[in-house]
Amino acid sequence: MQTIDAANLDYKAVNKALREAGNDCIIEGCCGQRFIAAGMSDKNLTINGIPGNALGAYLNNANITVNANAQDAVGDTMNEGKILIHGNIGDAAGYAMRGGKIYVKGNAGYRAGIHMKAYKEKIPVMIIGGCAGSFLGEYQAGGVIIVLGLHKDSKHIVGNFPCTGMHGGKMFLRGSCENIHFPKQVTARCASAEELNEIREYLSEYCSDFGYSEDELLSGSFTVITPDSKNPYKQMYVAN
Amino acid sequence: MKLEGQVKIPSGCAISAAISKDGNKMSGEMIINSMKPMHDRSNGLGGGFAGYGIYPEYKDFYALHMFFDCRDTRKECEAFLKERFEIVHSEIIPTRKIPAITDEPIIWRYFAAPLKSVLVSLQLEEKEFVAKTVMKINAEMSGAYVFSSGKNMGAFKAVGFPEDVGVFYKLEEYEGYSWTAHGRYPTNTPGWWGGAHPFTLLDYSVVHNGEISSYDANRRFIEMFGYKCTLQTDTEVITYIMDYLLRVQGLTLNEAASVIAAPFWSTIAAKTDFEDQKKHTYLRTMFPSLLITGPFSIVLGFEGGLMALNDRLKLRSMVVGEKDDTVFIASEEAAIRSMAPNAENIWSPSGGEPVVIKVKEGAF
Repeated sequence: MQTIDAANLDYKAVNKALREAGNDCIIEGCCGQRFIAAGMSDKNLTINGIPGNALGAYLNNANITVNANAQDAVGDTMNEGKILIHGNIGDAAGYAMRGGKIYVKGNAGYRAGIHMKAYKEKIPVMIIGGCAGSFLGEYQAGGVIIVLGLHKDSKHIVGNFPCTGMHGGKMFLRGSCENIHFPKQVTARCASAEELNEIREYLSEYCSDFGYSEDELLSGSFTVITPDSKNPYKQMYVAN
Repeated sequence: MKLEGQVKIPSGCAISAAISKDGNKMSGEMIINSMKPMHDRSNGLGGGFAGYGIYPEYKDFYALHMFFDCRDTRKECEAFLKERFEIVHSEIIPTRKIPAITDEPIIWRYFAAPLKSVLVSLQLEEKEFVAKTVMKINAEMSGAYVFSSGKNMGAFKAVGFPEDVGVFYKLEEYEGYSWTAHGRYPTNTPGWWGGAHPFTLLDYSVVHNGEISSYDANRRFIEMFGYKCTLQTDTEVITYIMDYLLRVQGLTLNEAASVIAAPFWSTIAAKTDFEDQKKHTYLRTMFPSLLITGPFSIVLGFEGGLMALNDRLKLRSMVVGEKDDTVFIASEEAAIRSMAPNAENIWSPSGGEPVVIKVKEGAF
């Protein structure tokens, strides 16, 4: 296990040290360095401190664990691997990711899973433990987004305008979601046992990562949202 | 090679702010440090700071910070000011020669009070007179710019990276109860000294990360009320809009936020608090031309407080945190951690949700 002290390094130096290090690495004292582990493969990386924007961008089969919050655009366009965040994440997490997993213990900012997509055996998965901000799954084209609404206090599980422009993939929100307004081009319904089975493997992994009980998590109902491809999305930004 | 201004470089900008609710004084050093982890959000074409509570010895006088292109302009402007103000103190703003900051204009400050006789003859209230004077100089006096005009506060800005601008202006020698900072990455307009943030009028100052799509609509409306947009960049109009809504129209900060970052009609229609719904409908109807569209995260500084606000779609990042009596706001959490490593209650306000922090009454 190699330790990289990031205290006085810029993002280029951090990534250089990371590339030159062995497979198992810890970054200490991280404070806002961008693009950490961008495009990297075959790493087991733990980060202490706050990683900067675009953590694990284009990630290609590496594992990243962050013991604090992460900033914007975590896993931007990631291809494979897993990013585990023990705190909250900023805006636009998983932007256009096309494979791999992003598991977050806390909340997500705006536009989590924006333009997530899938291709053949590549199915990206994002699980948010707390709540998500507005525009969750904006333009989602594939993959699976799950929001659990644990420790959400009195907040809604998701902000305004979820699934705007969604045209592929699936979204699961724990609970009945009666107060949430979805756009016309998607269908929200209670998830069937069969549909929950599809995500059981991911939830089970998430629970073991963060120490939750899988049975408890699955004891309540889930709402599943899928696009209704007969009704392509309508303009939102102009007709306001 | 094409010059900046002829080409567009898409990117960031960085903002940061800190305020002590107990009115405790902080040197400018901390806010300079907060810009370091966000270095890559700027490109060296503008950096600036605003400090509040920094001129206690002249707190009853307007502190006019000015750029001049040459000595003659300064002489001409001073003659103009002396006909309208009692100037109790004037001096060059102290700066440090550093390689990172070059081509500086002549930078002066004047502590001044409008002459009573002039106010009486013009039948103008003091603040209105100062605002009009600032507009007149910026629009009509070639080569002279007032870049700060409030009491007991001041803006400091330059072309350069913000952390260098802070060193250039010796901000570690100032102490204020609140500070804002900006690192610029100009995308549509030239990087010049007057175009660096903060943009100020009276005690209002604005630092902004983003780009106003509605700039011209906002500008045309606000210029009907005597404001003149002369600084070749969009953020300026936000400052004048806030001055108009808060000082001239007497709106509260939350109401002003609801004007510039108004919720969608659909969001207003879905409100279950009917008083709130009525108010939002009223504000959108009264001030449709002051809705600011496009991405922004801003921090508005004013005497005794700060307000942070995102555009209603939240197209820019902004994080808030606190430690003891101090509240921090920044584009990135890393900036907050560099000011307060153990900051607590880190959260991101929603789009259009103003965060108002005020210093305790009497503490500033």
